[in-house]
Amino acid sequence: MQTRIIIASTSLRDYLVLAVFSAVVLTAPVWAQSIGAGYPDLLQKFAIFGLFAIGYNLLFGLTGYLSFGHAAFLGVGSYATVWSFKLLSMNVIPAVLLSVVISAVFAVVIGFLSLRRTGIYFSILTLAFAQMSYNMAYSVLTPITNGETGLRVLRDDPRVIDGLFGVQVQGSPLADLFGVTLKGYAGFYFCAVILILGFWVAMRIFRSPYGMKLVAIKSNQTRMEYTGFNPRPYLLSAFVISGIYAGLAGSLMAIVDPLAGAERMQWTASGEVVLMTILGGVGTLLGPVIGAATIKYFENIFSAVNEQSLHQAFDFLPGWLNDLMVTLTSPFVGDGWHLTLGALFMVIIIFLPGGIIEGFRRIQGLFRRRPGKAGEGAQ
Amino acid sequence: MSAQGSNIVLEIAGVNKAFGGLQALSDINLKIEQGKTHAIIGPNGAGKSTLLNTCIGLLRPDSGSIRFLGTDLTQGKLKPHDINQLGISRVFQTPAIFPDLSLLQNVMLPAFAHKEGTFRFNPFEPLRDEKAVEDEAMVLLEDLDMADEAHHHAGNLSRGNKRRLELAMCLIQHPKLLLLDEPTAGMARHDTNRTIELLKKIKASGMTKVIIEHDMHVVFSLADRISVLAQGAIIAEGHPDEIKGHPKVREAYLGSAEV
Ligand SMILES: Nc1ncnc2c1ncn2[C@@H]1O[C@H](COP(=O)(O)OP(=O)(O)O)[C@@H](O)[C@H]1O
Ligand SMILES: [Mg+2]
Repeated sequence: MQTRIIIASTSLRDYLVLAVFSAVVLTAPVWAQSIGAGYPDLLQKFAIFGLFAIGYNLLFGLTGYLSFGHAAFLGVGSYATVWSFKLLSMNVIPAVLLSVVISAVFAVVIGFLSLRRTGIYFSILTLAFAQMSYNMAYSVLTPITNGETGLRVLRDDPRVIDGLFGVQVQGSPLADLFGVTLKGYAGFYFCAVILILGFWVAMRIFRSPYGMKLVAIKSNQTRMEYTGFNPRPYLLSAFVISGIYAGLAGSLMAIVDPLAGAERMQWTASGEVVLMTILGGVGTLLGPVIGAATIKYFENIFSAVNEQSLHQAFDFLPGWLNDLMVTLTSPFVGDGWHLTLGALFMVIIIFLPGGIIEGFRRIQGLFRRRPGKAGEGAQ
Repeated sequence: MSAQGSNIVLEIAGVNKAFGGLQALSDINLKIEQGKTHAIIGPNGAGKSTLLNTCIGLLRPDSGSIRFLGTDLTQGKLKPHDINQLGISRVFQTPAIFPDLSLLQNVMLPAFAHKEGTFRFNPFEPLRDEKAVEDEAMVLLEDLDMADEAHHHAGNLSRGNKRRLELAMCLIQHPKLLLLDEPTAGMARHDTNRTIELLKKIKASGMTKVIIEHDMHVVFSLADRISVLAQGAIIAEGHPDEIKGHPKVREAYLGSAEV
């Protein structure tokens, strides 16, 4: 799978991309209405998983190290945020900071150990660590995670910072930003701002000598060593950065819904971010966000469909054909959504290994008559 | 010429290396003088590449020492990147480049290692601020007639061009010792000549080089000294003229053909 990674670019073009990206994200409540996604619950998911995938791509897309355990950081970020809500304040600032710090610490430890190996062995190590975290959340760590019930925020939690400022919680506790309750669209806009910040940081990394060195590790790690670079600290720092993105995404999940459960750490969640990144386009700036939004959008549609709505959809067909069509399609909807996702994923890997972004490029290429070196590193 | 001993860059003493039952290197002794181009010739499988491998930390010799400017490369825990940082760069026999990067990026990258050391965390510094490095890389690419393709993918280059690119990647590091493993193999005649010219230019700049080469035209137009390796042992060493006339060399390597 060959991805074209453009490291350098003019500053003007970058600002333009950032401006357009921000505008699209911030106006999502308006334009998403036309595709039936114009409500905060779903838009929040786009932003949160977009952030998760951007960070994941900084590791996988740049260095080529395929982690199967990033959901661990997602879970850690969620727990840290809920604990901050319980012990410190319902304000999201300490919660986000705590999640960043804790997920970074986790990423340093897991990264340090996993990066002693490369290739498939690295992937298996990360998977093992994530599954260990998942199991521990259900067993020995129950005092911290509250096991199967999940960790939730209670009205009479201590919240020392809120106590100092005499902030009272009325009703069920909700996350806030200096008095603004992050519910509904306010919650979405908070996630959106973090997503834009995350996108901007990723863009800076893509355009830096540091980012170029990460791609060089993916390209030829042995050559890196004989060129005088020590790949280890580069890999570890990239691992930690992407772990922090995952922790932030987990924190946002707990902010829009103050609850943390261990299922967030399951290997399926780790696998999902891999799918999002590949579907959108590995090693591209925009691909992971597009992949994340696409998957969450279709998940929303497909999982809402049931047999009854299928019967309605095939209403125009005669009875026996209607039944046949419903029998054929029903395994792919509702709980069977993952089957559809699997099929979609296979199609992408086989026909469009560069993901949706490559699809765009091909379409663009059809319209542009001039062949040749397209947009390569315009330094 | 100046007195021997005081200006030795690399001193290989009593180096042995075996692969299972195969003695790839036996009791190699070699001194490389400052600013000189030292050629190593010998038939295929003689152990030439293996010898260079022991100098860059790729292989550890079974016994013997390799001293580079006062540091013993075989002792302690020197990693390949540490040895490079001491000032040794190498062009590999099988081209080793970064296929996913552009030619320009391939040449710029080693400059960062030279400038910044083994690790530098600078995710917020734009690459476009590295104008000096970029300019130097472009000059090198121009020297090698590759400037037009500076923004192309290096992975698509021919084998000979990959090798020339790798040479540029080494030169931008201003190494104290440059190791070249068959730098013109697989190259068209024109490119070979162009590469010789470049190598002569760096020779004039005083860079110390060890060059492994099969092309006798290249060897005799560049080398100050020649060592002949056969079956893991040095069978002759001397000035190019001495080597040309050496009966053992003619027999072992050059055959009966005129040189
Ligand atoms: N890593 C290795 N493992 C086993 N045998 C090797 C290895 N590297 C080289 N050899 C063997 O050592 C001998 C010398 O190889 P090499 O140094 O590559 O020769 P040259 O470069 O002179 O053609 C050959 O017989 C080769 O097969
Ligand atoms: Mg060889």
